[in-house]
Amino acid sequence: MSLELIDGINKIHTLLTDNIEATWVSLIEYVLVGLGFLTLYALIALFLIIFERKICAYFQCRLGPNRVGPWGIFQVIADMVKILTKEIIPLKHNDKLLYYAAPFIVIMGSLLTFGGLQFAEGVYGVDFNVGVFYLLAVSSISIIGVMLAGWSSNNKYSLIGAMRSGAQVISFELSACLSMMAIVILGGSMNLSALMAAQEDAWFIFQSPFTWVALVIYLIAAHAETNRGPFDLPEAESELTAGYHVEYSGITFGFFYVAEYCNLFINAAIGTLVFLGGWQALHIPGCEGFNAVMDAIPSYIWMFGKTLVLIFLSLWVRWTFPRLRIDQLLHLEWKIMLPFSLANILLMAIWVIYFK
Amino acid sequence: MSSYEIFVIVFIMALVMVLGGSVIGLLLSPKSENAQKGEQYESGIPTRGTSWMQFKVGYYLIAILFLMFDVEAVLLFPWAVIMKGLGAEGLYAVSFFLVVLILGLAYAWRKGALEWK
Repeated sequence: MSLELIDGINKIHTLLTDNIEATWVSLIEYVLVGLGFLTLYALIALFLIIFERKICAYFQCRLGPNRVGPWGIFQVIADMVKILTKEIIPLKHNDKLLYYAAPFIVIMGSLLTFGGLQFAEGVYGVDFNVGVFYLLAVSSISIIGVMLAGWSSNNKYSLIGAMRSGAQVISFELSACLSMMAIVILGGSMNLSALMAAQEDAWFIFQSPFTWVALVIYLIAAHAETNRGPFDLPEAESELTAGYHVEYSGITFGFFYVAEYCNLFINAAIGTLVFLGGWQALHIPGCEGFNAVMDAIPSYIWMFGKTLVLIFLSLWVRWTFPRLRIDQLLHLEWKIMLPFSLANILLMAIWVIYFK
Repeated sequence: MSSYEIFVIVFIMALVMVLGGSVIGLLLSPKSENAQKGEQYESGIPTRGTSWMQFKVGYYLIAILFLMFDVEAVLLFPWAVIMKGLGAEGLYAVSFFLVVLILGLAYAWRKGALEWK
């Protein structure tokens, strides 16, 4: 489909250039690309919300939503309409500007990261020469929005939630960063297309034993960065009611909710692109027949399939383990994962120089 | 698309999404007034004082430590890209740099900066 999609885009481009002036053509194309990104972003959020509700229901031996539409799949549409009709409660004692800017910054951070991803062979927004670094950099913009939300609400629960979220996200950011660096050492580039090309024969996890260490570290760190699962201290319902978004109501809360689910997708997609071969099919060097069968499966199915597996893993962890305390959380990051990821970088470098 | 305009587009789209969503929400949602409504929600108990106050210093320590290691990561990424070209000599140089950093982490650990009190 990705090739058909590119063909379709080229057809639209020729159709536009034949009929309209060049400046208008690029403007129209920008708007189309932007709307495409926004639609995909919203669709992924909607899909993941219903996916998580069904999965968590099955983990808890429930049926989950099953009334609206077949298997309850339209429940999420109904919820979206409902959240739009809920009152946006005007607060009296908050910092208005920061309070309303916070959802925008959270959405912007997650959309910018979304724009740097690759979705299938040749389907991407931009082919950045520092792609991996860019993804790491912009994915931490969202935390500024979270901190602003907690601070501007003038609520003690929000403040504690935001502070915890800040400490947690910046701590685990380090491990995510260092585990990616091991891959950059192995692949020799930060450009996502170059990393994809390097994974054509074998995905990075099959190229080196240290990639597995990096993958495990990345998965834990990425899971902690989404503020979910055993790491949900910032929004721990039983102690902070809802953490940093206590004071948000109606659609302003909805933005945080959508961004949370999209960040789940984005983190899984980065993990897929960097460790699991992205849209590359599973290839075994030397087995021509097997490779041909695997190549018959379109690249977007590989990409989204592998991403979905990582998302499922994340949901599994979330609905299985109890919440950590903050001292246990910081102990895990600073005394276990950080030394391991530093050692992993050195070992990976030694392995690449002497054994490859 | 081959150029970096995508970032501007995405920025504008985030603005469109938030503003559009808020406008639709404001148009569709009901409004009502109530003396208690604009107060902070702190489990129904009247708020005591402001929340804009001095806060636990432990978070500040974590942020300082983060800064040290994040700058280190920024410095190491260019090395990681050209590591294959530099070979063993580059590795020795960087290992010295890493050892200094690990000593810093060990110092913070020993001094109890990583304990949560």
